[in-house]
Amino acid sequence: MITLNLNGKDHSLDVPEEMPLLWAIRDVAGYSGTKFGCGMGLCGACTVHVDGQATRACITPVGLAVGKKVTTLEVLHADPVGQVVQQAWLELGVAQCGYCQGGQIMTATALLKGNPNPDDAQIETAMAGNVCRCGTYNRIRAAIHVAAGKLKEGQA
Amino acid sequence: MTQSNSDDFAVANFSRRGFLKGVVASGALLIAANWGWRNAFAEEKKAYGADGMAHGWVDDPKVFLALGADGLVTFVCSRSEMGQGVRTSLAMVVADELEADWAMMRVVQAPGDEQRYGNQDTDGSRSMRHWFEPLRRCGAAARQMLEQAAAERWQVPVDECRAREHKVVHVPSGRSLGYGELAEAAAALPVPARDSLRLKAPEQFRYIGKESTRAIDGADIVNGRAVYGLDPRFENMLYAVVARPPVYGGKLKTVDAGAALKVMGVVRVVEIAGSPIPSEYQPLGGVAVVASNTWAAIKGREALKLDWDDGANAVYDSAAYRQAMSKAAKAPGKVVREAGDVEAVFAKGGRLVEAEYYIPHLAQAPMEPPVATAYFADGACEVWAPSQAPQVTRERIAERLGIPFDQVKVNVTLLGGGFGRKSKPDFILEAAVLAKEFPGRHVRVQWTRQDDLQHSYFHTVSVEYLRGALDADGKPSAWLHRSVAPSIGALFGPDPRHENPIELGMGFVSMPYALPNLRLENPEVAAHTRVGWYRSVSNIPHAFAVQSFIAELAAAAGRDHRDFLLELLGPARNIDPHSLGDTWNHGESPTLYPIDTGRLRAVVEEATRQAGWGKELPQGRGLGLAVHYSFVTYVAVVLDVEVRDDGTLVVHRADMAVDCGPQINPERIRSQMEGACVMGLGNTVVSEISFKDGRVQQSNLHDYQVARLPLAPKTVAVHPVIPAGEVPLGGVGEPGVPPVGPALANAIFAATGKRIRELPIRNQLQNWRKA
Repeated sequence: MITLNLNGKDHSLDVPEEMPLLWAIRDVAGYSGTKFGCGMGLCGACTVHVDGQATRACITPVGLAVGKKVTTLEVLHADPVGQVVQQAWLELGVAQCGYCQGGQIMTATALLKGNPNPDDAQIETAMAGNVCRCGTYNRIRAAIHVAAGKLKEGQA
Repeated sequence: MTQSNSDDFAVANFSRRGFLKGVVASGALLIAANWGWRNAFAEEKKAYGADGMAHGWVDDPKVFLALGADGLVTFVCSRSEMGQGVRTSLAMVVADELEADWAMMRVVQAPGDEQRYGNQDTDGSRSMRHWFEPLRRCGAAARQMLEQAAAERWQVPVDECRAREHKVVHVPSGRSLGYGELAEAAAALPVPARDSLRLKAPEQFRYIGKESTRAIDGADIVNGRAVYGLDPRFENMLYAVVARPPVYGGKLKTVDAGAALKVMGVVRVVEIAGSPIPSEYQPLGGVAVVASNTWAAIKGREALKLDWDDGANAVYDSAAYRQAMSKAAKAPGKVVREAGDVEAVFAKGGRLVEAEYYIPHLAQAPMEPPVATAYFADGACEVWAPSQAPQVTRERIAERLGIPFDQVKVNVTLLGGGFGRKSKPDFILEAAVLAKEFPGRHVRVQWTRQDDLQHSYFHTVSVEYLRGALDADGKPSAWLHRSVAPSIGALFGPDPRHENPIELGMGFVSMPYALPNLRLENPEVAAHTRVGWYRSVSNIPHAFAVQSFIAELAAAAGRDHRDFLLELLGPARNIDPHSLGDTWNHGESPTLYPIDTGRLRAVVEEATRQAGWGKELPQGRGLGLAVHYSFVTYVAVVLDVEVRDDGTLVVHRADMAVDCGPQINPERIRSQMEGACVMGLGNTVVSEISFKDGRVQQSNLHDYQVARLPLAPKTVAVHPVIPAGEVPLGGVGEPGVPPVGPALANAIFAATGKRIRELPIRNQLQNWRKA
């Protein structure tokens, strides 16, 4: 039995420590906003925040997240930066099938927290690990710029 | 179909007792019955369009709409959502004719039931072109029922009552009643006859052709509430992964499950019987490991000791196969279209140009790998799955489990991408077979990415050989094209060893260029894996070959590619596809949907104009053009491409001119084109599935690469081209992809002088400066 702090609450989970965080979150804790895409950290669909860092849940043993704060897409609206990113995604109609977009949003939010005004090259570097098979990359790039602009306005 | 935002989201929305329970509870218009129009439909059935599809179309508002006393309108979407925006776009059509307030629209997904909903196969880029008119009638009929209900309430003539923005107004007095207030009375009225329906004039459209609506699922997607195939959760459910034969047609010899059964969480190991070739939509067979969570199932599968009998397809080797295809392409093959005498022209000599192109297998690799959940009890089966084809899924489950069709229910979730993969229900059948082993418990089958890449229904592989002659004026005087590719037909019967009429009609026999001497041949080749639909299908290799070769001829003639292409298209004219030997024509009437070379010209002209065709660019940078007609839509693409000294490709800009007839949801048309551009670039630059010893050599997204953000153009500009006169709707989901690959190859040629004839491009440009 391990205790996982997930979305602000402690969850007691009867899982082996080596189970990837992804399956502990999905199958055991019951949050479905985090998606399975590759199981090898190659696509970013499973991105969550662990102590604020964008983390690939599919290759992170749940045991390594014990004692840390794990946040998933479902509660991102409570995060001031996350909420702005979600809003930008909606405004630009980024999503097509939407399956990867949770991971894209989680990665973009972490990027903007570390770098409030990224240029195209920095966005490419930060987002190159998140695959979108529908090909929404142009709008992802644009939405990150829009979110950055709004965050700047909000501070001024 | 969404769960609550809280962390204790639940199973309730997936109650086995009724997918539409919530809708029925809200009362009013939803009345279960077969009624009149279904019978009339049988007599109207024709060979083309929606009439030619299994179970055709339905336009009954009592099937598709429910109006609650609270005024909420629930639209039952019968087509699968995989990112093309169909749940939003079809709802726009209904809402517009209904004069509904968009904020009051809700969409629920229909289960698989074509007897009730009409055809549900979401493929072929045809949802809007087949459903626009029926759903307009559906909305208009409901609107008139509301007006009638108001007239009866007020005791006034109905023609004094006008539905407008979610209420009915009595025009002379200015009185009004909200839709919710009229719901019950309207529901009790008969549906007006079709010939009494008053459809809106286009200038009255509120949503159709406009940008005013937000995507129906947008907020659920960004908040993690959207429900995909892997999301329905049930108490006490089981999770399975399956070890499948590594070679198509292979069989299990022995399995030792001892170690697997010792993995914590593993419940049981179950054999699934495969099907002999051709296996159609049946599971490949193998060994399922069933566990209390997905991870345990995966670990359990790793612990299986398996021995396979690979069967005849163990010989499949992509390198050797390519040589065999190439050899076949060098010899005469089955003639599928001929005009004039190409050999006589070639015999005269002169300027001859020859090229052979190779386009590899691809895997759809939707971001959501195949996944499905099934439940079996008391002789009935219910599944939850991301399916593009819920009806055939239902049929095959009934057959496979030996239960009546009406004892099978197929609930369609959102699809995390489809691209053709989820038209085939093999993965859903696996879940159904396993559920029967665990009556009373839900069983989910999860495919890993490796499973997905190694057991897909792959895009075909092809060699396209072309030979052309130029006359003294530099005009093409002869054109020979041999297309060699294993056929999807091999899935359904004895291997035809030739492309079937649908594959031939995807830009091969249907190519519309004005050539006096032409021969198209299709030499034979056998299939050694499951070949299936991949977004745009055979248009991909055919467009790559034809559009690359036209550019090669233009270069050989010393002509501008655009001018040469327009000249080859010839004067604006309508061509009956049947006259070209294309008996399929995307299932559409040749009268309603001829190939219009004027529309092809117009998209070429628009894309090149927008891109600044002819402008001076430095060495290492170039514009490339291609045009293709598919899914009854015309798309031209110009790419502005830089090839850096180290061979890295930078696509600065894409200009895509699109004529898909009237545009219903322009915003989603743009997004489909943007996505098609990116997918087309991925197909061309990085993606390849290859076989050795019958086994797929790729295993995940590191060795099966797809487009990532750096490959996307800096800008994708989509330019709608609105044709003159009245034309019917075209497709949107697929036609953007085929011209992208050849536009890229042509841009690379313009930038570097290097001609790409083999895909994917990968590092072929590494040494272009030295070459």
